[in-house]
Amino acid sequence: MLNAIDKRLLQEVADLHTIPQGAYNIRKNGQGVSRQTTANIDIVTKKDKPGIDVIVKPGTKGESVHIPVILSDSMSDLVYNTFEIGAEADVLVVAGCGIHNTSSNKAQHDGVHEFFVRKGAKMKYVEKHYGEGNGTGARVLNPKTVIEVEEGGSVELEMVQIKGVDQTKRDTLIRLHKNARLIVTERLLTDQEQNAESNITVELLGEDSTAQIISRSVAQDNSKQVFHLILRGYAKCRGHIQCDSIIMQNAKVSSIPEITAYHSDAELIHEAAIGKIASEQLVKLMTLGLTEEEAEAAILQGFLK
Amino acid sequence: MFYNRWGTLRAGVKNVMLELRDITVTVTEGTEATILKDINLELEKNKIYVMTGPNGGGKSSIAKTIMGIYQPSKGKLFLDGVDITDKSITERARMGIGYAFQTPPRFKGLKVRELLTLAAGREDINEQCDLLFDVGLCAQDYLDREINASFSGGELKRIEIATLLARNLKVAVFDEPEAGIDLWSFQKLTETFAQLHEKYDLTLVIISHQERILRLADQVIVVSEGRISDITSRDNILAEIERIDSDCLCRRDCIKGEILSAECDR
Repeated sequence: MLNAIDKRLLQEVADLHTIPQGAYNIRKNGQGVSRQTTANIDIVTKKDKPGIDVIVKPGTKGESVHIPVILSDSMSDLVYNTFEIGAEADVLVVAGCGIHNTSSNKAQHDGVHEFFVRKGAKMKYVEKHYGEGNGTGARVLNPKTVIEVEEGGSVELEMVQIKGVDQTKRDTLIRLHKNARLIVTERLLTDQEQNAESNITVELLGEDSTAQIISRSVAQDNSKQVFHLILRGYAKCRGHIQCDSIIMQNAKVSSIPEITAYHSDAELIHEAAIGKIASEQLVKLMTLGLTEEEAEAAILQGFLK
Repeated sequence: MFYNRWGTLRAGVKNVMLELRDITVTVTEGTEATILKDINLELEKNKIYVMTGPNGGGKSSIAKTIMGIYQPSKGKLFLDGVDITDKSITERARMGIGYAFQTPPRFKGLKVRELLTLAAGREDINEQCDLLFDVGLCAQDYLDREINASFSGGELKRIEIATLLARNLKVAVFDEPEAGIDLWSFQKLTETFAQLHEKYDLTLVIISHQERILRLADQVIVVSEGRISDITSRDNILAEIERIDSDCLCRRDCIKGEILSAECDR
């Protein structure tokens, strides 16, 4: 059922070399093709719209669920996934989408993911986007992610798009309640004529909630990137946004910060920087024996790692 | 004086590793300026040279010309007899020239272990631990740290020095390696240079104003106003420093006693 292209896409977006241990649901060209549940993690097909419900039992520790999506046809796929992470659970969720498009028609996947991270639960969510194929049709990925983190919950969000996606619009909204913790790391590379927009809004609703957003991007050729990173503090809370971009050739990057405090004990920081690779960095690596191209690659690889 | 002294030295030299012959460097930043004029140097294998002189005199420019960061408008460079004048920075690095920057860059995202791996061309954790020890850093604390803004100037300098120690070099040039290094680590640093000298058959060039570094030198090169103004022995330079120090003491005593005698003003 999964051919060589599918397997390569799965490896790119979910680091899957074989069928994963634990729970998984693999979606290909708009259809579920393979699924496994465990005693603690259930996966149920939605009845009213395309998508699944992933239910992690309270107290589940050290388990993972992989839900990759692959598109090898030019088509538009829209999916709604809901995740219930039970109280005091500690799980890894690996999503991601890979598109192989050899046609002149657009291939698009829009994923709407809604998470409920219950009291004291911990979740690491990894989402990788990847595109390939020599067709002229655009590869488009538009994820929408909404995460509700209840009291004492902890979420680590890793969002990576390094290659081959022509157009993306990411909308992410996270709401943090009392003592909830959030770390977001975003890595983005665009080249040629690609466009990427990332909108991340974090609402710090509860006392002593904390959020850290680290966004790093590289814009090459004629590509365009826009970042709207927003922190809103409604209680005694701490939030920090760090948004760094390397710009090359004729690319364009916009970083539009917003930090808003609705409480006098909210501490919010936004740092944003856009610039080219510093020539001193290139020269330093060249003095170690790297060519200019190798030096540039090493700097970009480290920056986006 | 220079040519006589150097000429005498040249007569017996058989092991020249690096030669700068009639090097002139002109840079254009808005206006054109000649920053090095007619530099002639022959640096022998397995010797330590300390380059000193006033700020802005051209020491770092000589170092950057050796590394290929500055290209001479006139003159030639030879490494072990091979003309390297037209070689790029990368080519010179691969031929065995290394340069530790006076102000090393930071690398957001690159870890210490990754930089040392790039420098050595291999990943050997034991070797990297030894390198960091040699520059006075604890490997456990530093190997996995990103070389970003969290590093102090002194920490950066040590990492920078370690990147040169990691490489198998013929010529290593250190640009004010002691700047930003605390007094406790300074001793370790001088020991490291002495060990390098003993262990490897390399030519060591250290740009420095520090007496303790000067004491390591086989020869001291004085650079001023874009020229080599003197090449002399360590003993001559140290004697000169002692003379200046005693002059200062004399002047200080005089000022303290509110007597400015003719002797002190001499």
